[in-house]
Amino acid sequence: MTNQDTQLLKVQNLQIEGLSEDRWKPIVKGVDLTLAKGEVLGLIGESGAGKSTIGLGAMGYVRDGCRFSGGSVEFDGVDLTKADRETRRNLRSTRIAYVAQSAAASFNPAFKLINQHTEFAVRRGVMSRDEAQRDAIDLYRQLQLPNPDEIGFRYPHQVSGGQLQRAMTAMAMACRPDLIIFDEPTTALDVTTQIEVLSAIREIVEEFGTSAIYITHDLAVVAQMADRIMVLRHGNEVESADTETMLNAPQEDYTKSLWAVRSFTAEEKPEVSEDAVPVVSLKNVTAQYPSMAQPVLNDISMSFYPGRTVAVVGESGSGKSTTARSLMGLLPPISGDILLNGEPLAPQFRKRSKAELKSVQMIYQMADTALNPKQRIRDIIGRPMTYYRGLKGKALTEETRALLADIELEPDQYMNRLPSELSGGQKQRIGIARALAAAPQLVICDEVTSALDQLVAEGILRLLDKLQKEHNLAYMFITHDISTVRAIADEVVVMQHGKIVEQGPKNAIFSPPHALYTDLLLSSVPEMDPTWLDRVLADRVSEAARAYLVE
Amino acid sequence: MHYLIKLFIQRLALGLLTLFVVSLVIFLSIELLPGDVAQQVLGQSATPENLAAFRRELGLDQPAHSRYLEWLGGFLQGDLGNSLISGIPIWDLISERLYNTFFLAGFAALISVPLAVLLGVVAALYRDTLLDKSINVATLTAISVPEFFVGYILVWLFAVELGLFPSIANLSDDASLSDRLYRTFLPALTLTLIVTAHMMRMTRASLINLLALPYIEMARLKGASQRRLIVIHALPNAIAPIVTVIAINLAYLIVGVVIVEVVFVYPGMGQLLVDSVAKRDFTVVQTSCLLFSATYILFNLASDLISIASNPRLLHRK
Repeated sequence: MTNQDTQLLKVQNLQIEGLSEDRWKPIVKGVDLTLAKGEVLGLIGESGAGKSTIGLGAMGYVRDGCRFSGGSVEFDGVDLTKADRETRRNLRSTRIAYVAQSAAASFNPAFKLINQHTEFAVRRGVMSRDEAQRDAIDLYRQLQLPNPDEIGFRYPHQVSGGQLQRAMTAMAMACRPDLIIFDEPTTALDVTTQIEVLSAIREIVEEFGTSAIYITHDLAVVAQMADRIMVLRHGNEVESADTETMLNAPQEDYTKSLWAVRSFTAEEKPEVSEDAVPVVSLKNVTAQYPSMAQPVLNDISMSFYPGRTVAVVGESGSGKSTTARSLMGLLPPISGDILLNGEPLAPQFRKRSKAELKSVQMIYQMADTALNPKQRIRDIIGRPMTYYRGLKGKALTEETRALLADIELEPDQYMNRLPSELSGGQKQRIGIARALAAAPQLVICDEVTSALDQLVAEGILRLLDKLQKEHNLAYMFITHDISTVRAIADEVVVMQHGKIVEQGPKNAIFSPPHALYTDLLLSSVPEMDPTWLDRVLADRVSEAARAYLVE
Repeated sequence: MHYLIKLFIQRLALGLLTLFVVSLVIFLSIELLPGDVAQQVLGQSATPENLAAFRRELGLDQPAHSRYLEWLGGFLQGDLGNSLISGIPIWDLISERLYNTFFLAGFAALISVPLAVLLGVVAALYRDTLLDKSINVATLTAISVPEFFVGYILVWLFAVELGLFPSIANLSDDASLSDRLYRTFLPALTLTLIVTAHMMRMTRASLINLLALPYIEMARLKGASQRRLIVIHALPNAIAPIVTVIAINLAYLIVGVVIVEVVFVYPGMGQLLVDSVAKRDFTVVQTSCLLFSATYILFNLASDLISIASNPRLLHRK
């Protein structure tokens, strides 16, 4: 496959530098790759591995503040790192196209989808405006967008995220390019939407024989999409091989550690005794935003017991975080009760006492934005200790040190740092420490591992498990990630459209029979098996056929 | 569309309410000014009887609230009242000057708005180059210098040294359009220099803000040239902030040009307003102020509506 005739892209010793603090630092440190016509190469690695930079570099593009510092990117015989601007520009859209991570942010809000789709097909003279529009509609149909004749004439904000992502794939196809760079195209989507986008992308890439570089951090996803996989770390290639070999027989330790990430599972805990009092329980809570006609939460009941974890799962918009907001008193219920240790809590957080507020603390998804960038670690953790527990002076310092040791950060090293001097995982540890500083009974963890790489996320899960045992904490664990639920949950609550679909002990929820929605959710989680996507799609087709026959 | 009409009516109602409040504020603050027209006209030596008679004649002996209602009532029916000093209907007094003021403002706007937006786009296109820096320095220098100074410099250069334009912008009633443009060129240029910097900097800043967004990067990766990127992809999304600043500057062109009028001896509203305050010709002051406020409110209303119309999220709901 790799002889000269079929080779489309040849990257040799690619080096890219980025400007940080007035100094050029290497981001990509000499990567080689080749891509044959019609081949799909998966680039995988954690954040900061240089995946996106390489993907963009393959288009002869570097972001502002970056530069090519060595090597070559030969596309169909032209070295894009040395070609002039005009040459590079003329290749884009017509021969190389790009599909971005967030379609919602990557479509221009001021123009209709179809005008953005046809823009360069028309400008480069590939086809006339009418032809381009007809072709766009054909592509929309092929990518199974609803109302293909009409959807292109909407503005981006009028179309859902999954549909936008497919429309963007269609847009990349507009001039039938030879190469498409897919840069984490499904990372921002829910699992049930992801599966549709994945199958749409795969089908159309196969149909037109397009070569592709598929960038992702999700192994299971890349296993479905790529013919060959390259693992990257710190701007270097770790190893590369065809998908089958890479999944079954990785050579390098780092690759093996990535493959083994989902190994952590918390120990099973004994059943809750009959007479145990839950720390917090919600009883038939219904809540509504004043500006909306429909309630956002409908008849929600769940209980949190000391030392146990309740995982709340569902897609975006299912009401998971809203349930937490209601519990915290940020969105007071219009009916139903919230009990703390069996006593009713005021619906509004303003009317709750300091002791009541202290009992429930929260950890946020984005540790980056949840920590005040101007405060030092000792103040971030110390402030809730003083506010809720009245600790001052020496006692405060000692308690802060003890807590830092608890979250496995060396106190002397970290006490006086600013959040900007920490890595993502360390910031999330500080977020955890801040919640624990109040000595709470229930901790709400809102997607706390979603923004983290898998290895780092696993470390956070282990830490949370350890802290739970030490402090007998109750956790409300909000997530959309089923593997996280499998790892850490005791009880599972499945939510959809502001209602509880199914709830119960983890083993009961994860073994059939499921509620219909739970089934959809579980079957949509990608598996490492490269045949997974085919299997699921085939299952769904046959099920649909069966349902049709029964009707 | 129907949403936009509803919004227009809402904003218009709000504007009228604002105007009503403004009329109250104007009336009350004028009441607080020391001295009155009778004292001013009759001088220090006037006897109390003379003063009282004069006030009675002008209706100034009436209590404040009834004078306010009478003024407002007249205003609503299109009767602006008469000047206290000359007795001439205010409309006759100001119509010519109002036209002159709008003419000068319009002339200055026709030059400055396209110029400012163009310079802003060019500065964004060539940001951090010598060209960008020169544009910034030049426009900033122009606003940092006092208005009268800019005016005199222009007079010195264009009228005295080069002899291209007249230094005095006095107009006869029947001046032709070309004559008007010729005579008002220097004041319009002065105003242009004063308002361009603000609008240009906003255009540049809004565009550069947008350049960091994913959809601009996407356009770049689709092969858009730098010019197409800024003019076609970024500019439509920057309309709202730019229009807001343009509206503020247009209002300034109408309301804040007294000094330029003085420098060029231009018969506009600003000059009249200053004279009327000095002479305590309160009815003229009130009416002028109210007209100014109305202009201001109208410009803001227009800029709000344009901002909304430029945002597809608001114009085309889900």
